[in-house]
Amino acid sequence: MWINMGPQHPMTHGLWNLRVKVDGETIVDAEPVIGYLHRGWEKLTENRVYPQIIPMSDRLCYGSSMTWSHLYCLTIENLMGVQVPERAEYIRVIVLELQRIASHLMWLAAYGTDLGLLTAFVYCMRERELFLDLLQGVTGARMTYNYPRIGGVRNDLPPDFERDCLRVLDYFEKKIDEYEEIFDGSDIFLMRTQDVGILKPSDGVNLGVTGPALRGSDVKIDLRKHDPYSVYDELDWSICTHPDCDCYARYRVRMDEMRMSCHIVREAFKKLPPGPFRVKAPRNGPRKTAFARVEDPRGEALMYVVGDGTDRPYRLKVRSPIFVIVSAVPVMLRGYKVADVPSIMGSVDMCLGETDR
Amino acid sequence: MDLYQFTEGIVTWLVNIVNWVLNWIGLHGLANWLGGADVVKFLTLLGESVVLLLIGFIVAITMIWQERKTLGRLMDRRGAMVVGPAGYFQNIADGLKTLLKEYIVPDKADRTVYDWAPVIMIGSSILLLVAIPLSDRFYMSNLDAGLLFIFAVFSITPFAILLGGWASNNKYTLIGGMRSAAQLISYEIPLLLSLVGVVLLAGSLNIADIVNAQSDSTWFIIPQFIGFIVFMITIVAEVERIPFDLPEAEAELVEGWWTEYGGMRFGLLMLAEYFRGYAGAAVAVLLFFGGWNGPFLPAEIWFMLKVFIVFFVFIWLRGSLTRVRIDQVLNIGWKRLLPLAMVNLVIAVAVKTLGWF
Repeated sequence: MWINMGPQHPMTHGLWNLRVKVDGETIVDAEPVIGYLHRGWEKLTENRVYPQIIPMSDRLCYGSSMTWSHLYCLTIENLMGVQVPERAEYIRVIVLELQRIASHLMWLAAYGTDLGLLTAFVYCMRERELFLDLLQGVTGARMTYNYPRIGGVRNDLPPDFERDCLRVLDYFEKKIDEYEEIFDGSDIFLMRTQDVGILKPSDGVNLGVTGPALRGSDVKIDLRKHDPYSVYDELDWSICTHPDCDCYARYRVRMDEMRMSCHIVREAFKKLPPGPFRVKAPRNGPRKTAFARVEDPRGEALMYVVGDGTDRPYRLKVRSPIFVIVSAVPVMLRGYKVADVPSIMGSVDMCLGETDR
Repeated sequence: MDLYQFTEGIVTWLVNIVNWVLNWIGLHGLANWLGGADVVKFLTLLGESVVLLLIGFIVAITMIWQERKTLGRLMDRRGAMVVGPAGYFQNIADGLKTLLKEYIVPDKADRTVYDWAPVIMIGSSILLLVAIPLSDRFYMSNLDAGLLFIFAVFSITPFAILLGGWASNNKYTLIGGMRSAAQLISYEIPLLLSLVGVVLLAGSLNIADIVNAQSDSTWFIIPQFIGFIVFMITIVAEVERIPFDLPEAEAELVEGWWTEYGGMRFGLLMLAEYFRGYAGAAVAVLLFFGGWNGPFLPAEIWFMLKVFIVFFVFIWLRGSLTRVRIDQVLNIGWKRLLPLAMVNLVIAVAVKTLGWF
């Protein structure tokens, strides 16, 4: 029996359809159907001048819009050969990591509701608010920030930002312990996530899975380390992995990453240099191609741009991490129960905005 | 004076007034018929049912309110707080809202079964109230095998769920219905076994006798602690609340077996859930917490207080636990709770044989 889980279904976190073939309650096969949220993003960019695309790239993912606009700016900087001032790089690292924490918190909130624990949802949203407030202090917006610019960032950090930020981080690290009490302390949560949704490292690599999903399969790869952008190579941090390859491992990786992000922000504040935060970028892009890739909270995000010498891109291609991970979903789902679908899909952290573009 | 005599008094008084009016008009035959013992008895029982239904209704409404407020506080928010004092009338507003909703029936539903399944569910839930005494004077019927009756009526509901899930002609409801049946066989046996200990100690299946036995010695939670634990876990499964609300697991099955029930049917089903929650908490109080016995306050108030405290535990569980998978419910029921219930039975037999009770 084929069950359509979606496009309107509590499990989907967006607008997509997971067709599941079940035998009783056991999943025999699965087939993701995406495209309900296709907005023609890549085509739209071809009619916009380069700076106009920055707010558009915010809309790629509602969960972590900062990483996408940053990725876009990084791509265009590579295309134009703009050297970003060092202070801007540090500010970018700080806001990116704050965004990563906010994104992971939203994932944890959604994961709680997926498993029937509404309390976790409210708790995580409560702490996410602090990070949104911080980002609002920097950028003026809560969700779509429009903050990075080609050649730097829009504005400098507000006064006392470091103090506020460190206070939030201190408070938040205590709250992570509280989450771990709620989740790891609950046997039922462990029963629902351990040995569920096994993704073997070989499968993960072959299917192009990236990000926390792959690090949960014990593959130690993180673009911030292996292809460092911004100033990640100047900071002292490590990659979080977990050997279990199941939903619990992916949960653990994200929890550890939140702690690591707090650490990275602290490191960045220690080294934050004075100086300009933006340089002027040329109006027209050269007639060549460029790409950049970053470690999105959900995996490896890549943008590839073809410039034709005008002020508009000739072609802009987005490689979305979730678009690729969705193809690994049948592998993760096969052999488990229907009740495991929210547990497995929740551990993937779906974001349809970037998937369908 | 018990509830029957009280209602009889009121009914007799009313009948006398009506008879006086009828005699004055000249309808002596009707007046004689109305004054007959059988009619008065029937009217008394009817009045008693209305009183009981009203009490069940008020308790259910209060429980929904209690759940909203307690769950809200557990989640660090405030719950319903606008309509009425502390949001108490929010439930009534919601009930009125469900009355106004459009009445949608799925096109290919089996109309007869679809219509009757909620009737069975709601009817059996209300029937539960008949066997639950509020005190030794406030009861509808004092059955010799009251406990057996309660659990027999409890077990009708999964049947209704199975029928309703099947008749709605929807895959989610079908799975929800099947799950309800599977859940029944997993919790029912440990549940009933955990009660056998109490029945042994009290030497009766009559609820009043069980409560009196506790007032003679001590609350049965003390000699029957293991049984109490087993009972609490299984009664949560019986009344289908988180972590055992599998037939309506909203993350994977939308709303489970009642996905296709809308409008006031949904409202009544929701109310029936809380009738069952009340019955479950009431049985826990009657069997393990000394029923209506307590100092100073009237017995009925003591009983209600204890019921709300037990129901608070249900809410607490809901606020802190994730949902269990269906095969894990079977595992818990058969591999963990059944042996525990057997151990409890052995303890009960030992305690009884040694003459401590």
